[in-house]
Amino acid sequence: MNFFTKAFWLKLSSPKTFYPFAGKMIPVFMAITVVLTLVGLYYGFVLAPPDYQQGDSYRIMFIHVPAAWMSMWIYIVMCLFAIIGMVWRTRLSDMMAGALAPTGAMFAFLALWTGALWGKPTWGAYWVWDARLTSELILLFLFFGFIALRAAIDDPQRAARASALLASVGVINVPIIYFSVKWWNTLHQGSSVGLTQKATMEDSMLTAMMVMTFAFWAYTFMVAFMRVRNEILEREKNSAWVTESVTQRVSEKVEGK
Amino acid sequence: MIEVFRWLIWRELALALRRKAEVLTALLFFVIVVSLFPLGIGPEIDTLREIAPGVLWVAALLASMLSLNRLFADDYVDGTLEQLVISSQPLALLVFGKILIHWVLTGLPLVLISPILGMQLGMDMDSIIILMLTLLVGTPVLSLIGAVGAGLTLGVRGGGVLLSLLILPLYIPVLIFGAGAVESAQAGLGVEAHFSLLGAFLIGSLILAPVGAAAALRISLD
Repeated sequence: MNFFTKAFWLKLSSPKTFYPFAGKMIPVFMAITVVLTLVGLYYGFVLAPPDYQQGDSYRIMFIHVPAAWMSMWIYIVMCLFAIIGMVWRTRLSDMMAGALAPTGAMFAFLALWTGALWGKPTWGAYWVWDARLTSELILLFLFFGFIALRAAIDDPQRAARASALLASVGVINVPIIYFSVKWWNTLHQGSSVGLTQKATMEDSMLTAMMVMTFAFWAYTFMVAFMRVRNEILEREKNSAWVTESVTQRVSEKVEGK
Repeated sequence: MIEVFRWLIWRELALALRRKAEVLTALLFFVIVVSLFPLGIGPEIDTLREIAPGVLWVAALLASMLSLNRLFADDYVDGTLEQLVISSQPLALLVFGKILIHWVLTGLPLVLISPILGMQLGMDMDSIIILMLTLLVGTPVLSLIGAVGAGLTLGVRGGGVLLSLLILPLYIPVLIFGAGAVESAQAGLGVEAHFSLLGAFLIGSLILAPVGAAAALRISLD
């Protein structure tokens, strides 16, 4: 496999080539997820010093912030895949969009849940109607809407185009979440990390957060590839290569026993 | 193009006038929902005055959403919608005409009746005027955004419930700034910022929503 040629990437967009490729990549991403999660949690829970104000309660940040980032990023990536699928009518792009949605919803939920647990000791309440919390909640609803619309339409092509349109309408919400702490004077604190300024936190905290983000990325790829593989089998069940690969695997299993 | 637009407007109005009950349903729904709150919460006028902006806005939002089902459904069933899609006229313009009449028949009555309901909930005259103005700017946004959802869920199983799941999250910003303007008017604060944002929503959705709804209809009729 030569990763750096255009032909490789073009070939990859066909479900037949992608299916075995994703199968090979899943264990790789699984290993990355496990290693990075362990490293990230070690940095976050052991090496990083306690906060001078919040003590140890801030440590949930190492889950909370990456999960919140991921929920926004996954929405954007999902939207891009959906639009690519609508413009070039590539089946795989749409399957990727559909496979990313549940993970995005999971991360949005995780961000809200860990945020609630963090809010109780620091703000004294699990939930406040703050701009960032509300807009993250809307993001979760948008993921649900995307999933529900796809589930309601039987024809996969129509489902793909309808959900792509819905995703691109909802994408307006992502910058609103991201900038909400700047636009409105809210309870939720501003960002401590940015590309243009130096992060206002300890290096070990920053490392832990970055490592956890990459761990979540690897996890996202892993589960998305698993879902796409199932989706490919289901949609291409009448094609020769699926029948071939399934019968081959079944016969291997039978012989193995 | 103008002529077709005018024809469409007359047709929509004529159809609506022959089914007056349907137009009134959304309005009655609005009135009944607002009247339920004092019964549920209790008749203390101070409490009611405080929650009035939110109650009126949420009720308006639900009333507008419930009437969306009918925006394209009848034309979809009798085949008119297909004729509109394949006609030589720009579909976005025709969709805009339908949305416009939909708003005149369901959104505008809500605006007109809102002062009475506002008084019932103990609002003062200045806040009521602000309420009417926010509804006047806000309800067209609801109809415009809703049209995209109505197009997407056309002929889909469980369309009504699905439509609310798709559209309500997108309505939230309008609700926040619409009710927010009335609340700050009640508190004696300025309302310009809220109105600027509502106006921005209106302009943005005026430009984008008819195109989006037309694309949604093309997908649904494919």
